[in-house]
Amino acid sequence: MDQLVAICIDGVIYSSWLFTSAIGLTLIYGVMKILNITHGSFYALGAYTAASVTGTLLARGMEPLLSYLVLLGSAAAVALIVAPFLERGLLRFMYVKDEVVIMLITYACFLMLEDAIKLIWGVDPYFVAEPYGLLDSFEIGSLTYPNYNLLLIGIAAMSGLGLVYVLNRTRVGRLLLAVIHDPEISRAMGVNVDRFYLVTFSFGAFLAAMAGAFTAPTLSVVPAMGVDIIVLSFAVVVIGGLGSLQGAAVGAVIVGLVRSVSIHLAPELELFVIYFVMALVLAVRPRGLFSIAEARKI
Amino acid sequence: MKTKLLTLVASFSLALITTTSQADENAPIKVGVVTFLSGPAAGPFGVPARNAAEITAELLNAGKAPAPYAQKGFGGAPLQLVLVDEAGSTTTQVTEFRNLVQRANVDVVIGYISSGNCLAIAPVAEELKKLTVFFDCGTPRIFEDGSYKYVFRTSPHATMDSVGAALYAKDVKPNAKKFSGINQNYAWGQDSWSDFEGSMKQLIPAAQVGTSQMPKLFAGQYGAEISALLASGSDIVHTSFWDGDLEAFILQAGPRGLFKKSTVILTTGETAMYKLAAQIPDGVIIGARGPFGVFAPNNELNKWFSSNFTDRYNVPPNYAAYQMTQSFLGVKTAWEKAQAANGGKRPTPEQVISAFEGISFESPGGKVQMSLGKGHQAVMETAYGMTKKVSGKMTVEKVKRYPAETVNPPEGIKSADWIKNGFKK
Amino acid sequence: MSAQKEPSRPDESSLPRADSSVTTVLTIAGAVLLLSLAAPQWAKFLLTIALAKGLVVLGLLPQMRTGLVSFGQALYYCLGAYAAGLAAKWFAVSDLILMIFIGGSLAAVLALVVGVLLSRYRSIFYGLLSLALSMILYGLLVKTEALGSTDGFNVAPFTLFGYRPEQDSVRNVMLVVVTTIATVSALVIHRHLRTPLGRMTTAIRDNEIRLEYMGASARRVIYVNYVIGAVLAGIGGAIVAAAVGHIDPEMAYWTMSGEFVFMAILAGTASVLAPFLGAAIFSAIHSFAFDVSPNTWQMILGASLLLVIVFLPDGLWSLFRRAERS
Repeated sequence: MDQLVAICIDGVIYSSWLFTSAIGLTLIYGVMKILNITHGSFYALGAYTAASVTGTLLARGMEPLLSYLVLLGSAAAVALIVAPFLERGLLRFMYVKDEVVIMLITYACFLMLEDAIKLIWGVDPYFVAEPYGLLDSFEIGSLTYPNYNLLLIGIAAMSGLGLVYVLNRTRVGRLLLAVIHDPEISRAMGVNVDRFYLVTFSFGAFLAAMAGAFTAPTLSVVPAMGVDIIVLSFAVVVIGGLGSLQGAAVGAVIVGLVRSVSIHLAPELELFVIYFVMALVLAVRPRGLFSIAEARKI
Repeated sequence: MKTKLLTLVASFSLALITTTSQADENAPIKVGVVTFLSGPAAGPFGVPARNAAEITAELLNAGKAPAPYAQKGFGGAPLQLVLVDEAGSTTTQVTEFRNLVQRANVDVVIGYISSGNCLAIAPVAEELKKLTVFFDCGTPRIFEDGSYKYVFRTSPHATMDSVGAALYAKDVKPNAKKFSGINQNYAWGQDSWSDFEGSMKQLIPAAQVGTSQMPKLFAGQYGAEISALLASGSDIVHTSFWDGDLEAFILQAGPRGLFKKSTVILTTGETAMYKLAAQIPDGVIIGARGPFGVFAPNNELNKWFSSNFTDRYNVPPNYAAYQMTQSFLGVKTAWEKAQAANGGKRPTPEQVISAFEGISFESPGGKVQMSLGKGHQAVMETAYGMTKKVSGKMTVEKVKRYPAETVNPPEGIKSADWIKNGFKK
Repeated sequence: MSAQKEPSRPDESSLPRADSSVTTVLTIAGAVLLLSLAAPQWAKFLLTIALAKGLVVLGLLPQMRTGLVSFGQALYYCLGAYAAGLAAKWFAVSDLILMIFIGGSLAAVLALVVGVLLSRYRSIFYGLLSLALSMILYGLLVKTEALGSTDGFNVAPFTLFGYRPEQDSVRNVMLVVVTTIATVSALVIHRHLRTPLGRMTTAIRDNEIRLEYMGASARRVIYVNYVIGAVLAGIGGAIVAAAVGHIDPEMAYWTMSGEFVFMAILAGTASVLAPFLGAAIFSAIHSFAFDVSPNTWQMILGASLLLVIVFLPDGLWSLFRRAERS
């Protein structure tokens, strides 16, 4: 019984982390049809900025509870500085090109940002542990979990619900849905599609950076962290269907639970169980579980 | 193909230019140093190792080392380092090794942290007949699965770490009933765990395995794994995690009480000990992959190395740094011995090799004996201790040392077999 | 009615011209071989590896002409290498040609099965599924301690038709073998692209639906191209295994596939010689970037990729075309 509870809790915690890390990717794809490999870089940048800024401020005597705001602020800073620069300065000229070519462009940017991170922060791991332990922990059975994980679950839920609300209930959201379905007609109707793209890209970057920033207190920030998140986010998003928010949620839950089960019951399989699930889903439903129907243009 | 042509012509001419003649006795000795300068292994291992190489070469060239290393450079000839990054695939590394030997014309190559690279490079070193010294890579397979004339390893291999860990576990928790592990799912982690599990079966036969977690390398998130470890109710938890993974594990396991519930062994813990002092409670078993860093003997050589390193780089040297310096001192001993036997003239590589085989020499970590692998593989004693904070500073207590023969297999017997047969000689 | 292609398209030579390409390929191959036999040892090694990787990229070429970018060539590259290596380790196979044959065959067998599934996909899904499959192989290999896990294992020196080359001539022998295989493959692919099936390849990229209206099977074309790509990748992997003397699971990691795609983009898909040029230039850039600084080589690679995509979308080969035309 204890093990079942542990599997569920671990699954939920991991799923919420996956979800927060992946929604940025699916949002950008859904709106701009770009498979953004720089997603990993935004995640890493968010984590590094959060770790170093929070660490420095805490060392200077900042009130520890403020560190959560600093984490959020670091993510916002990354998104507001790097993302518009990338979108306006480079991607905007590439929209006419093939999907795959744009993906390769984002891959090139990812490579460059990886080294930029190393040049700015060096190769040593960073960590800022205070925010993690500050909120105390809760106990279930014989297991202890820090309350920080509840914060992560909360963030995932808020981001997901927030996005759903914005998309369906606000004017901006509905315009965005129009842009998703048909950018040309939207442009013809007077919607400033370019601005929507800029905002979407920046917001997607913010989501990725936020995931990184809030993950930073739980681990040590290392140069390789961007690479892994790309593959994981891809898997989640592809399983759920590119561009679909519900898909990302379902994908995250599936992957999180499967991984949790395998860790508790069959640890040796953990290594490739995620690719296996991804290949399985793709084989059965080529476009993912909740894919958006697209009209084929002849 | 126009470009290919140009590249070929350019490289051909370059090759012609770089041919040198080494008739002069005191011509510099070119030492190729290969270690991780980028990527995840750079921070904890590669960069400290490079720093150690640089400062050791500098001190040796200036003749500022204590006896018996007082002679300048190697036998009077100054050392010139050629640094190469160990990053990239093994194909890249083999290419870089060939470039080092055939394009840069180094006299000796010292390097390699990754076991995969060591395994790939060894036969190439034999083919190119270049003296190559591995300073860090862990796999015992190099000299157990093959024999080489031109290749040496001046540090003990990784079997020692987990056997030593098991011996220490037996010493401090002889009545342990269950033990678990969390190791990275790649050769290093897999080998470390099977060595530990095998040793524990021999030393504490009544103990059962709780769970063996094998997360992906660089996973970073160990929530579920830690839950599984907590749920297993183990007396002892073994991990060979390093760098970011080790730090993440410590950061995540601490608040969840794993260190209180089980006695945790961090076989490479020395690298994280000071940085994460605030997060590591007392009673955690720490290893340094040998008698290095905090376990190094308090002799003159150690004081010389440690103080010079700390002065220059503002951090004390960790085991990677010790191992690199050890390699230099080993080559120096062999070189000078061969030179003396050669009437004071510069020795040939083959003469250095004959001098190198089977020698023992002193290093900042203690005595190094090249007694395995037909005289090509080093053994040393190892040490483990428990963390204890004394007036806020991180120290180790209950340090136990295990002599070389108890933690290294005898000549001619494979490590895995040696453990399985109850450490019989 | 066959679509009239504009003469400025670099990837289709107009029909009436005699097939001078064969002579061009043979001449270039001969020139490269002669020049490189005079080069220093380390350069021969680099060239061997570049040609082997070029072979893998050649396999990417037909797929890319249909508009499909496979991010999973590493699957077959690694499979070919392990097949060759295991043949040497377990069955004492040491003949180079046999090892290469085994590598290519095993890759073919897997591709014949996997291709059935993969040929249903287009665009990024094709890439992602191929990526997932290569990562599954990676995971399997890492898990298998008997194969050395991430350390891999060494491949013993090869023989050729029963004769073991001397230490000094190993590089030359390897070079001759690789150049021969590369030349033959280039000519075979060239021929393939001129068959009806091959010509349908570019038609798919232009408009797959119209192709199907004409009664052709796009899926079959993609399937055939996929298997061809796999075989070439398997051969390339086996060659690298023999040349480097060591194999490990990294060969199946997605970044390896990324390298191949990079090379393909670098040189473009205009000619069967382009992949080899791409591989050579990539090796040069990689080598140069590596020497410059350990913390900037990825940046240099990324920047070069970006520059090529933005300014030379048809790859560096288009420079030759422009020179030719002007």
